[in-house]
Amino acid sequence: MSNKEAHWTKTRNHMWVTLAIWFFFSIVIFMFGESVNQASFLGYPLAYYMSAQGSLLAFVILIFWFANKQEKIDDDHGYGGEREDD
Amino acid sequence: MFKGGFIQNLPKIYGLYTGGFIVFILLMAILESAGVSAANIGIMFVAFTVCIYALIGYLSRTIQVDAYYVAGRQVPTVFNGMATAADWMSGASFVAMAGGIYFGGYTYMAFLVGWTGGYVLVSTLLAPYLRKFGCYTVPDFIGTRYGGTLPRFCATLVLVLASFTYVTAQINATGTIASRALQIPFELGVWVGLISILLCSMLGGMRAVTWTQVAQYIVLIIAYLIPIFWMGNKLGNIFPHLMLGDEVQRLAALEAEYGLVKNSAADIKSAGVPGGLKYISNPHSAVPAGGMAVWKYLSLAICMMVGTASLPHILMRYFTTPSVKSARKSVAWSLFFIFLLYFSAPMLATLSKLQLMDPNLPTAIIGKSISEVQSIAWVQNWMSVKQVFIADFNGDGILQLNEWFMRGDVVVLATPEVAGLPYVISGLVAAGGMAAAMSTADGLVLAISNCLSHDIYYKIIDPKADVRKRLIVARVLLVVIGALGAYIASMRLTGILGAVAWAFDFAMSGLFFPLVLGVWWKRANTAGAVAGILGGLAAGTAYLIYVGPKFMANTPWLGIDHLRFGIIGASVSLIAMVVVSLMTKAPSAATQKMVDDVRVPSGRAILGKQH
Repeated sequence: MSNKEAHWTKTRNHMWVTLAIWFFFSIVIFMFGESVNQASFLGYPLAYYMSAQGSLLAFVILIFWFANKQEKIDDDHGYGGEREDD
Repeated sequence: MFKGGFIQNLPKIYGLYTGGFIVFILLMAILESAGVSAANIGIMFVAFTVCIYALIGYLSRTIQVDAYYVAGRQVPTVFNGMATAADWMSGASFVAMAGGIYFGGYTYMAFLVGWTGGYVLVSTLLAPYLRKFGCYTVPDFIGTRYGGTLPRFCATLVLVLASFTYVTAQINATGTIASRALQIPFELGVWVGLISILLCSMLGGMRAVTWTQVAQYIVLIIAYLIPIFWMGNKLGNIFPHLMLGDEVQRLAALEAEYGLVKNSAADIKSAGVPGGLKYISNPHSAVPAGGMAVWKYLSLAICMMVGTASLPHILMRYFTTPSVKSARKSVAWSLFFIFLLYFSAPMLATLSKLQLMDPNLPTAIIGKSISEVQSIAWVQNWMSVKQVFIADFNGDGILQLNEWFMRGDVVVLATPEVAGLPYVISGLVAAGGMAAAMSTADGLVLAISNCLSHDIYYKIIDPKADVRKRLIVARVLLVVIGALGAYIASMRLTGILGAVAWAFDFAMSGLFFPLVLGVWWKRANTAGAVAGILGGLAAGTAYLIYVGPKFMANTPWLGIDHLRFGIIGASVSLIAMVVVSLMTKAPSAATQKMVDDVRVPSGRAILGKQH
């Protein structure tokens, strides 16, 4: 497998992992909203909390993690150039 | 003090700007205590901030194509994040979102999840690849990836439809705020708003819009957070976001005590409640029972997420970063800056609801006698402009929860008055709302005019046009589009203008799959793309007309109403694109190689620096 293909395989897997986490915080939790809301966090009902703050925060952290890990994948395969003309 | 170029000095420049703005707020506070009238403070706030934006727009003027279209591709990561956040958060986010949560409770908060979760899709599926492509506009990508004039033209069609649906609402919002703060008629306010928008964008295109949007973000976030922290502290919560658990539970208890009564449409009509005013009938934090409620929540969130990832005025912001790597990081920063406002909106809704409902607080009105409530100054103010209404349905002279009507916008605009904060805060909020509406309108008008001037005029009509001519066309179109939007906004056709959500549904119907599959599926070809764009757009639009309450108003199918028609459009788009692509010839070797190159994050962009 060429370097290019190996890089793309890793990139694609990384995308799927990221989207799986995204799916959990955007869909799965709210599929069970009624039972999730029975639990509480910081005194807020949990589903309310996730919708107001929790999932939002999870997305922020997720995208930073995604970008950092992707940069590492790029560097490992020699594609870490900073500017267009590198 | 300023060594090096403009870009190196950005932190210093915007640091000074922020400091200057805070000094200005303090100055206004001093003037207020010295007896300057509330109206004059409002005028100064809006006029001063708009003049600053116009100055930035003037200083960013340019005669270069890549500066005009993509800000010279040198906007640093964090600043592009701020600009995107301002581009993203419209007058609706700033003024209407807290009000939406106030009335809709948990069900409405699907918008919060949708409008943030969409950025995960932007960052994983699209932004880095579009940046590597080096396009000027979104149809520029479609046109080059799929080849030929037809896909480019179809993509332009979706872009214009989605963005124009959105922009009239934004110009309308600038008009509303300008007319209230400057105390001029609404029709005039719309044109004042338009001129302010054009001053920011006309001379410098994307470069000017970028630097004004950063300035507007700073104003809008300060204006949104100060009242929340101030009010939170009045109630004894130093950091309200972490400490309102008890308040949320208290609201649930109060709801049980007062009862959530649904008024009949006939009652509302006979009491003469002005249009657009709402009352609380949804629980604040409880999750409604049943599978249909879950589906309604999820389908709305899905539409907003997928729509976010297809909106051209957002995607084009990531064309302005220096590299693929910085485009990716920039998405993360964008969401961080958006998050700061979005996770505050539910807290604002909670605090202002409690202020009106909790009988232990001096500001409470529910449960008091109606004559007493009618004598409160802020109630009188907002009642005189038909933003607040009281209907004594049961005739007992006591204000019940279902007898208090209010327009959603009032939650943000009146909260400082309700909580008894000084007027300088209300002026600040007006300046913030103006910044939010202007920045989004700027981005949208620019997206439309850039696309028409680059994709239609230069790429299709006159490919030999020189730089000077192209930029003149771009500017003329900018003025024309803006004037058209303002003209429609000034007619106040609220009857036919759609909801902001429609822009998301249009964009996802026509653009999401053609964009994503262009990068992630090599087999996607020209015929498939055209089928995907037109099929999705046609199906979505047809369904909108079928269920739209202002059109045929049929019963929605599976709860997919007019806010969610993108579900139908995008599904049809996906199926049409895959089926037609597989039925026709695979794309050429050159196109497949181009897709391979897009997937490599370093190296030259596919399209040249000037194209």
